[in-house]
Amino acid sequence: MGADHGPDQHDHHHGPTFRIGIGGPVGSGKTALTAALCRALGDQLKLAVVTNDIYTTEDADFLRRAGVLDPARIEAVQTGCCPHTAIRDDITANLDAVERLEERFHGLDLIIIESGGDNLTAVFSRGLVDKQIFVVDVAGGDKVPRKGGPGVTTADLLVINKTDLAPHVGADMDVMVSDAHRMRGELPVITQSLVETPGAPDVAKWVLDQL
Amino acid sequence: MITALMLADSRFPGGGHVHSGGLEEAAARKLVTDEKSLESFLYGRLHTAGLLAAGFAAARGDLAELDAELDARTPSPAQRAASRAQGRGMLRAARRAWPSPRLDELPRDPHHPIVVGVLVDDPYEAALTCAYLSVSGPASAAVRLLGLDPFGVNAIVAGLSDDMRAVALEATKELPAIGSPALDLLAEAHDRHHQEEVRLFGS
Repeated sequence: MGADHGPDQHDHHHGPTFRIGIGGPVGSGKTALTAALCRALGDQLKLAVVTNDIYTTEDADFLRRAGVLDPARIEAVQTGCCPHTAIRDDITANLDAVERLEERFHGLDLIIIESGGDNLTAVFSRGLVDKQIFVVDVAGGDKVPRKGGPGVTTADLLVINKTDLAPHVGADMDVMVSDAHRMRGELPVITQSLVETPGAPDVAKWVLDQL
Repeated sequence: MITALMLADSRFPGGGHVHSGGLEEAAARKLVTDEKSLESFLYGRLHTAGLLAAGFAAARGDLAELDAELDARTPSPAQRAASRAQGRGMLRAARRAWPSPRLDELPRDPHHPIVVGVLVDDPYEAALTCAYLSVSGPASAAVRLLGLDPFGVNAIVAGLSDDMRAVALEATKELPAIGSPALDLLAEAHDRHHQEEVRLFGS
């Protein structure tokens, strides 16, 4: 295969950069977690981000405004109304974005790919990411972990977000966490509140452990 | 034949699902609002952009030269980019599914129809693949964007069968040089509006 052809470098294995996917329902805090990870890891890792928001550039703009990452390190992908298709069934647009970032910045350590908000069945293809985080939140209802679905049951890390809201929305944290462990077996679960710990230290540590 | 069926399948992982072929912009401007206006849009698209794509899928010869010829017949930079993005995506998938030295002769980020022409030996089948894709993608986008009845839209696509065959046959005769200024303008407007407001598709 010719070395001049960009696309073939991902034919049989992922490119040089480790990739982590962040998925989960709308409003669960994926972008806030992405921003927190950029803040926490930006000094020690060469980072870039791909966003898949349904509204195209909304999340990318949020990250740019947050000032956590050089805007040139953020790529936004259009998903043709189907955010799950773009991270699972046909990952072409995301791979193109990854390759654009790798061409622009040599020696990246980590690319975070944030999915558009979707449902509990939306998981990343293993052809797109090395590891994936699924984010649900307390305000989405404490029954969510029990409902399962591939996101909750198979993601490499489940994050239960916005724990500070639990008393306000009548969510039982003990139930959520024990349901999550029951559904996931040995796979890890992290509960967090970005209001209380804006740097997402537990998730940042988990990310570093994966590299 | 199976290769052509796979390339024309909307499940083919070549990135086609994020392109609407101008339908999103046409819908945003209320040019396409229902089945009747969709049918007109698809008919026009098939006989212009569809014929052009089909002609280059059917053409045989030096691949870099064909790619440049198609570039010259695609005045809109946004349409060139959309065609090259889909060509690149198809090539990525093809390297795994149908590895061949011929793929290495393609220029970097080739136009989509040129890749179809490499993968589908029979010129008529290759042309028919592109003719079908020129309407199936926008038809699917219309279902997603406008909530049109999928059975109605599917019937419209099926109703264009004879036109697809005629376009594919014509495409095998000589390199087409047909233009479609309305589609060019829609593609450019889509690109411009993507900078300013919500656009869900890449083109």
